[in-house]
Amino acid sequence: MNDVDAIVIGAGIVGAACADALSERGLRVAVIEHDTAGGGATAAGMGHLVVMDDNLAELALTSYSVALWREVAGERPQRHEYSNCGTIWVAADEEELAAARTKAHTLSTFNLACTMLSPAELYAREPQLRPGLAGGLLVAGDGLVYAPKSTRILLDRAMRRGAVTRRARVTAIEDHAVVLDDGARVEAQHIVLAAGTGSRALLPELPVQPKKGHLAITDRYPGFVRHQLVELGYIKSAHASSGDSVAFNLQPRPTGQILIGSSRQFDTVDPAVEPAMLARMLRHAATLTPALAELNVLRCWTGLRAATPDGLPLIGPSGARRGLWLATGHEGLGITTALATAQLLAAQMQGESSVIPYHPYLPHRFR
Amino acid sequence: MTSSATTLVLTIDAHTIDVPAGVTVAAAIALACDGVALTRRAVGGAARAPLCGMGVCHECRVTIDGRAHQLSCQTLCAPGMRVQTLGGAA
Repeated sequence: MNDVDAIVIGAGIVGAACADALSERGLRVAVIEHDTAGGGATAAGMGHLVVMDDNLAELALTSYSVALWREVAGERPQRHEYSNCGTIWVAADEEELAAARTKAHTLSTFNLACTMLSPAELYAREPQLRPGLAGGLLVAGDGLVYAPKSTRILLDRAMRRGAVTRRARVTAIEDHAVVLDDGARVEAQHIVLAAGTGSRALLPELPVQPKKGHLAITDRYPGFVRHQLVELGYIKSAHASSGDSVAFNLQPRPTGQILIGSSRQFDTVDPAVEPAMLARMLRHAATLTPALAELNVLRCWTGLRAATPDGLPLIGPSGARRGLWLATGHEGLGITTALATAQLLAAQMQGESSVIPYHPYLPHRFR
Repeated sequence: MTSSATTLVLTIDAHTIDVPAGVTVAAAIALACDGVALTRRAVGGAARAPLCGMGVCHECRVTIDGRAHQLSCQTLCAPGMRVQTLGGAA
């Protein structure tokens, strides 16, 4: 622990991916986590691997990372509970169908396989969707993993290369060092802050705010839906920077369970499930797939996304301390973008060229 | 009092049976079989049967009229009901 090159704060999916990428480059890595690895936002999220195109930087990062996931999870799909279910963006009306066409065009320029679906083609694939929809867009390369397991797999791979983990809470970050809650001070050339919404406790000036989300999961109903289903209206509601919202987002888990999302709330860090918000989310989901209302929900929970003002993560050096790097602010895309984040961070740290430009995600865009 | 002679007909898997009105689906499954009233299979494939009889253990889940995971011990039989055991998804 006292003889490491890099300390990673946080063993969520992002911290685990960073430990993996840095150890792969021969760095001696220590990962510090005060709770279960992958137990925070990593476990709370859906594990959806999705290409998003709100802007070119987001498209570059998500498409690169989804491709990396296909390599990593494709090797051992069952261990990751990986499924290449694809995403269907559901268009309720002509306006959303136009948005789907624009999206298809944008994705095609990145050589991403996508298919416009007529209503008949949509219902052939997803008969549970309500009648009267305008169509959809199938993005075939998207998928899902069970992120806590993927986190463990990435950490284990790092540890086989000599990385160590330590269960402790970091109380302060100093130049080239961290202070732990037992008073120990650990030095390293590089400190990587990958603590999600917890990052701001260590660096109050960080432009990251929590966005609370609710999820619910049903009993096993294999085949109820076959693709991750997201309404195109999601784009309108998901990226607002204030106000509460819900959006239709259904995921077929490989177990046959249906994961139901999503909601967004600002200005709260209370993890309690809020019945009014949950009811609103479920009611909305049932408007798109009416038979959902007949299924048994087994469990519901919440999580906190670490959101930045522009919706892009913070990946790169921080000016706040010498030797400090940031890998946080991934909002609802942390599972998708973890692998690319780790590659971009490691490339910057080692002075390598990177597969995609890393400047859109540099933290000092907010200075 | 409802006459105990009142019966109704429902289908349990391939069998059509008469049961007294007012009995639960779990009871009808027991009446329809000779041994243990198997309802479902666990994810690992093991057979399951009703245990608690009061809607808590969920071992009595069956598919009723196409709806999976219904609690047979909490559901009264109805005329023409179609009940599927074991064969459904675990």
